Amino acid sequence: MSKSSKISRRKLLGNLPKGLATLGLGGLFWGSLVKETSAESLVLRPPGALPEKDFLKACLKCGQCVEACPYDTLKLAPAAADNLAGTPYFEPRAIPCYMCTDFPCIKKCPSEALSEKEITIDGEASINNSKMGLAVVHKESCIAYEGIHCSACYRACPLMGEAIQLIFDKNEVTQKHANLKPVVNGDICTGCGLCEHACIMEESAIKVLPPHVIEGKAGTHYIKSWDPADENRLTDIPETKKKEDVESTLDYLNDDNLLDDE
Amino acid sequence: MESNVSRRKFLKYSAATAAATAIGVHLPETIQAAGALVEAGWKWDKAVCRFCGTGCGLMVATRNDKIVAVKGDPLAPVNRGLNCIKGYFNAKIMYGEDRLKTPLLRVDENGNFSKTGKFKPVSWKRAFDEMEMQIRKTLKELGPTGLGVFGSGQYTIMEGYAMVKLMKAGFRSNNLDPNARHCMASAVAGFMQTFGIDEPSGNYDDIEITDTIVCWGANMAEMHPILWSRATDNRISNPDRVKVVNLSTYRNRTSDLADIEIIFKPNTDLAIWNYLAHEIVYNHPEAIDQDFVNKYTRFATGFVDIGYGLRGNANHKNYTEKEKEITGVEVSKKLSKAEGESLAYLGYKEGDTLEMKHTAAAGAHWGISFAEFKKALKPYTLDFVAEVSKGDESEPLEAYKAKLKQLADLYIEKQRTLVSFWTMGMNQHTRGTWVNEQAYMVHFLLGKQAKPGNGAFSLTGQPSACGTAREVGTFAHRLPADMVVNNPAHRKRSEEIWKLPDGTLNPKVGSHVMQIHRDIEDGKIKFVWINVNNPYQNTANANHWLRAARELDNFIVCSEGYPGISAKVSDLILPSAMIFEKWGAYGNAERRTQHWKQQVTPVGDAMPDIWQYVELAKRFKLRDVWGAQEIPGLEGGLPDVLPEISKLGYNPNSTLYDVLFASDYAKSFEWPAEVGKDTLNTEAEGDKRNVLGADGEAWKGYGFFIQKYLWEEYRLFGLGHGHDLAEFEAYHKARGLRWPVVDGKETLWRFNSKYDVYAQKENTGDFAFYGNKGSAIGSGTLTGPNDSMEKTDMDNRAKIFFRPYMDPPEMPDKEYPLWLCTGRVLEHWHSGTMTMRVPELYRAVPEALCYMHPEDATKFGMTQGELIWVESRRGKVKAHIETRGRNRVPQGLIYVPWFDEKVFINKLCLDATCPISKQTDFKKCAVKIYKTS
Amino acid sequence: MKVLYTYRFLILRRLSQFLVLFLLAAGNWFGWQIMKGNLSSGELLGSVKLSDPYAVLQMLATGFWVGTDILVSAIIVLAFYTLLSGRMFCSWVCPMNPVSDFARWLRPALGIEKSTLSVSKSFRYWLLGLSLVLSVISGVAAFEAISPIGFLHRQVVFAAGFGWAIVLIVFFFDLGILKNGWCGFLCPLGSFYAVVGNFGVLKVKHEKGKCTLCNKCFQVCPEPQVLGIIGKENGFIKNGECTNCARCIEVCDDKALGFSLRIKRNKNNGDDS
Repeated sequence: MSKSSKISRRKLLGNLPKGLATLGLGGLFWGSLVKETSAESLVLRPPGALPEKDFLKACLKCGQCVEACPYDTLKLAPAAADNLAGTPYFEPRAIPCYMCTDFPCIKKCPSEALSEKEITIDGEASINNSKMGLAVVHKESCIAYEGIHCSACYRACPLMGEAIQLIFDKNEVTQKHANLKPVVNGDICTGCGLCEHACIMEESAIKVLPPHVIEGKAGTHYIKSWDPADENRLTDIPETKKKEDVESTLDYLNDDNLLDDE
Repeated sequence: MESNVSRRKFLKYSAATAAATAIGVHLPETIQAAGALVEAGWKWDKAVCRFCGTGCGLMVATRNDKIVAVKGDPLAPVNRGLNCIKGYFNAKIMYGEDRLKTPLLRVDENGNFSKTGKFKPVSWKRAFDEMEMQIRKTLKELGPTGLGVFGSGQYTIMEGYAMVKLMKAGFRSNNLDPNARHCMASAVAGFMQTFGIDEPSGNYDDIEITDTIVCWGANMAEMHPILWSRATDNRISNPDRVKVVNLSTYRNRTSDLADIEIIFKPNTDLAIWNYLAHEIVYNHPEAIDQDFVNKYTRFATGFVDIGYGLRGNANHKNYTEKEKEITGVEVSKKLSKAEGESLAYLGYKEGDTLEMKHTAAAGAHWGISFAEFKKALKPYTLDFVAEVSKGDESEPLEAYKAKLKQLADLYIEKQRTLVSFWTMGMNQHTRGTWVNEQAYMVHFLLGKQAKPGNGAFSLTGQPSACGTAREVGTFAHRLPADMVVNNPAHRKRSEEIWKLPDGTLNPKVGSHVMQIHRDIEDGKIKFVWINVNNPYQNTANANHWLRAARELDNFIVCSEGYPGISAKVSDLILPSAMIFEKWGAYGNAERRTQHWKQQVTPVGDAMPDIWQYVELAKRFKLRDVWGAQEIPGLEGGLPDVLPEISKLGYNPNSTLYDVLFASDYAKSFEWPAEVGKDTLNTEAEGDKRNVLGADGEAWKGYGFFIQKYLWEEYRLFGLGHGHDLAEFEAYHKARGLRWPVVDGKETLWRFNSKYDVYAQKENTGDFAFYGNKGSAIGSGTLTGPNDSMEKTDMDNRAKIFFRPYMDPPEMPDKEYPLWLCTGRVLEHWHSGTMTMRVPELYRAVPEALCYMHPEDATKFGMTQGELIWVESRRGKVKAHIETRGRNRVPQGLIYVPWFDEKVFINKLCLDATCPISKQTDFKKCAVKIYKTS
Repeated sequence: MKVLYTYRFLILRRLSQFLVLFLLAAGNWFGWQIMKGNLSSGELLGSVKLSDPYAVLQMLATGFWVGTDILVSAIIVLAFYTLLSGRMFCSWVCPMNPVSDFARWLRPALGIEKSTLSVSKSFRYWLLGLSLVLSVISGVAAFEAISPIGFLHRQVVFAAGFGWAIVLIVFFFDLGILKNGWCGFLCPLGSFYAVVGNFGVLKVKHEKGKCTLCNKCFQVCPEPQVLGIIGKENGFIKNGECTNCARCIEVCDDKALGFSLRIKRNKNNGDDS
């Protein structure tokens, strides 16, 4: 490249170490910047967002989803944000996702970073299938757990009764009232954040986090007997070679250290 | 207090206390703040929640003359320390940024009042000068009926009492009617016609005791949250025994707990009740409690051609052509297929015209035989009623029928105790009184009334709908303690207590809320005072009344805490002290009266309502108001009673203040008083602000304990008449007492000799419906009264009414294809003036949404969240569609709550009322919807 | 009027830069349909989708298959700038250009002559390469993650926050450390368009005969290394690093410079030496 440059070959060669050094240092710094920004973020992505890793690859930060959002829910991240700067996200306590049934944000995405495929189940795309996040109730600060009749989050939930359910139990203090406790069903919760927005506590006692932050994962060494589908997890276990350590076994057995020294 | 509760319940309660102690739960026994907090200048005192009719007890913490916190009162029997989220924010409701702090008057550039002027701050003196001038002008032009007051079910008891006395005894005008007219009037009329005395026989303990909770048009889960959590506790604690049924025109949160959910077509609750009665009388006669029915009830019925509470003139000049499509029903209507069957007992058939001949005698009724009663019920078979009432098109008829049958089975099951709760669904109804009476009909037939765990129980919406609006008598037809203005004996008794000359009180029933609005529009009322009410947001067909307020020659005064729609259309705004800024008392739906003390000095120059009423009284002399007065429709008018006043120690120059509020009796209630030790009392002693009062001088107080005086004088009305209230001090020791309070004891189940000393006294057996003692009833057949027959003594009996099914006045048609139902949400209180200013509640529910079935949205080409127009024959609003969320409506019906002044849904509602109770039906009218773009 | 004529290209460029940004911002704030999105990707008149070809190249480098729609939208832009000579983006559209120009203009005014850093003009091509390598390694479009251009236009169009701060850093870098540092030595997007520009059609043409060797063009040129032929031979400024800013045309009193179309006929437009 740069064939038209007037720099002579010799000069170029002479400057090469310096250039390479600069480039290397710069590259390290740049690389670390990129790495930091691409670390799994804690922000909520618009509906239909690809898994975070792919999303960061795919998102052009063009903001067309932001423009398409009728509720001003979506924003582009500021330059100094620890998530990938310039990518779209939302803060449900400020403005939640109102779960438009025609998902204009997804339709406007030029790069499939937001993809209808992500919210399609059995050939039908539905906003109810989106997984923007997962709501968690902090029951120690949720007043409903202590008997205050609230359930504001439950009524605010677009999938009321499914994504947030109420469970009833006796209020042991008054002995004549029931607690109406909100419980999130993680399989159904879309992470729209209408609950977090509605929570009447000073700090919301129900918060939405990216699913990967909350979701656990079972190892493949145990299969649920009560769930026939669980066995499917076994199909794609990679074959791993376990290291054998004969020597330390022998060492252990041969180490004659059980008797107290006199 | 719990001694009359069944032994089982008593054990349960004791167990609860024991359990609480055992697990180390702290049940505080004292209302004093803990040591450290006292040091820091904190004070806790008991009070009552500002909001609904549940009546939860609160503890209020003050510091430096400001409310800093509240907590549920652990000793309050209703809530035992819990609250709902409205109650949770009581500490914040008085401190909104835009609290009204000074009187505001519409003035022109010269500072003179002008109807078209802009609001400018004025002094209290200027405000009262203007009011006095305007009242004098109106009195001169129109007489006492030219005045009107929009009262409230949120008045404190003493405020309501003071206003009743000022209006009815002072100005001799009965045009005082509360917002409770929109809320409880049908319940009241139902009680009065059935029992001859107002308010429920049971109490909240029924919630725990009963086996069955049936909600009829009562979304208790949102509207009575704390009662609902008690119902929920009973349901989950006794899963095998306790059943819950929700009857509604749409699915609401009460269905969450329901074993059976019945979605019926608007107005067809009338048919469903009759189905239950039909099932009992025809198919399960053994279920009838013969002893109860024979000994304690009489059968009765009334007219059906009573109109729908619209204007008698169906072609009123202000009606639009669109409105006239409906207003004609007030004169006559064509009978529908269903009505053809339900009114067949009167000889009508489908397509006949029903002339409304008895609009003026809507409440008239007469005794009938059981045979007649049974005959009238004949059409209400399961088939007929299921056909008429099924509200969800998508539900299979057979499934719906099965549910109706299950409902009947629950009612009929002999050993099963059962409470029917209702609120606005049955009260806001053009046949609201009827449907209330039908509830008693079924409960009476089964003998399931006035017993622990058994009864038809009307819940109230407002914190003092019972305590003030009803018991004090702020209705246009009432006097304190269930007395009425058109009963000479009642007037006489009131004149005695009030020390008025004979004939002072106006015998002509005044204008109810709807009528006050119509009178303003017709120029018959020109001075209006709005008290603790938002009538310009909460009244149906609002466009008419807004226009009348702003465009006609009248003067509207609004006493308010916050700027809302009513303040906006007024001419003078008076800043009012809010709940904890004054002494007060509320009475809840279970007859529990609860008092509180003034906790803090009011903000700005705001002053308590009592002060405002009493100060106005100082401006008028007896000669201004007690001379002869003309009253439209009252032959001879009101007599000149001035000649009589010297006997009572007054002279024509005595002011209304001297006579009504500052008699020697009044002044005998001394301030300072023991009960008010270390407590503020702005009315009695002024306060640190030294607000420049009505006379321009710093306000220093009346010098006597005016609140206690008002209470004690009011109490005289009920003593010995089944409405006994305890002494003022008693309520500052107890967490509320359920009247009648006799010998310091509450009454838990009225009319039941075991629990009610009044019933005991009558010596008629297990029950005595003593409200009807001494009254008599004519008799006749289903088709009408037989005037030649002698009246029968009611003899401590209640009435079992037969009331037929009828259609509502406006139903969906081709042009307006949808039902509109309005209502409330848990997060907001009524018109939202307080709760919309609590940031947390505002954020939780910032606007009123239009709940719609998703398939209807698709049908009209609309999507979830879209902003659309909703339009009726009377007005239109824009609202966002919600096809999900708390209310799941069937196809063909939309639901819009009314708390949001930006979604002014009352512009759309039809101002038709129950012709007996005059309560508006906000639950059904016909609308169309269309896109905004 | 004369001033207007003298600075005709400068004025047009500023207008063009402003208009693009304004229309994008109006697309967001007022919902205008003329231009939606931003310089990374957007929609013209509600129908033509356009994307930054370099950003799309980085996406491909991350291993993400971008889909044909976006590939087409990037190719349209690529074709457009090939036609116009790539770096016309830099001087006519990019919002960093006024920042960079301003810093360069301020330098003599503040008496800052020397650059404290010396960087090879070829360094930017290494950075361009590095950006693609880093994209492969990190799985994130590496330049897009730190691009001051992106920060700036997102700040203006979407109020995305902190964009100004980054721009300020670049400004002071240009002002105090390296003259024309960002645009002339570092920016990989500029380098990308420089490569594209080698095949550009709209080019500045020099007529040796008219040239009086006044050197004014060298003084105003942000990339003076491209002016090798001035006074020496007739022909086009072929170097893709030329941004077509036309400042040289404006200052040339001899009318020795002007825009012209370079229609490639044969291979002799490769190496010019």
